[in-house]
Amino acid sequence: MNIEEIFGLILIFAGFFFFFASAIGMIRMPDLYNRLQAATKTSTLGAMLTLLGIGVIWPANFFKIVVLIVFVLLTSPITGHALARSGYISGVPLYEKTVVDKYAGQKPSGGEKDD
Amino acid sequence: MIESYVYDIIYIVLGFIFLLTLYRLVVGPSIPDRAMSLDAGTNLLIAGMVIWALDSGRGIYIDVAIVYAILAFVGVVALARYIEGRVKE
Repeated sequence: MNIEEIFGLILIFAGFFFFFASAIGMIRMPDLYNRLQAATKTSTLGAMLTLLGIGVIWPANFFKIVVLIVFVLLTSPITGHALARSGYISGVPLYEKTVVDKYAGQKPSGGEKDD
Repeated sequence: MIESYVYDIIYIVLGFIFLLTLYRLVVGPSIPDRAMSLDAGTNLLIAGMVIWALDSGRGIYIDVAIVYAILAFVGVVALARYIEGRVKE
């Protein structure tokens, strides 16, 4: 193995460490919103590090991998935000030790309610 | 050239993390929990697809990963909008 492959494998296993931290956070966190924090951020970073490692190993396809990295970086916070909003509006309870809930007084209007 | 046992280690670790991710899909108390688990599993599968592209030496699988990322993003956002519409009275 030459030096690019060793460096790329180190990046890939660093990405796997972040995926593992994401899975542990999703198992152990107390409510939906903490779990969303743990899931979206760390799995974004894990995917970025893994793809960057493969791009270092395989520089012929570096452009497509950069496109994929930018796409993951743009869309993963959007899905996290949409899931947190949908959970709050559909009435998923907060953790009982939650300190501040600035959204509480104003009743959030859901999507198109069909009743 | 990377030896093949390195790929075996990579696939075993990836499958183990994917099983840990599926825990929240099985026991998650609410629907957004399950959708979140699917989203994290999507990121894992994208990484796995690109590793498989490197393993088999075919660059066309990276395009497959790009299309899968787009479709999974649209699916999760549509699912979130759907859950948002079901307001519990």
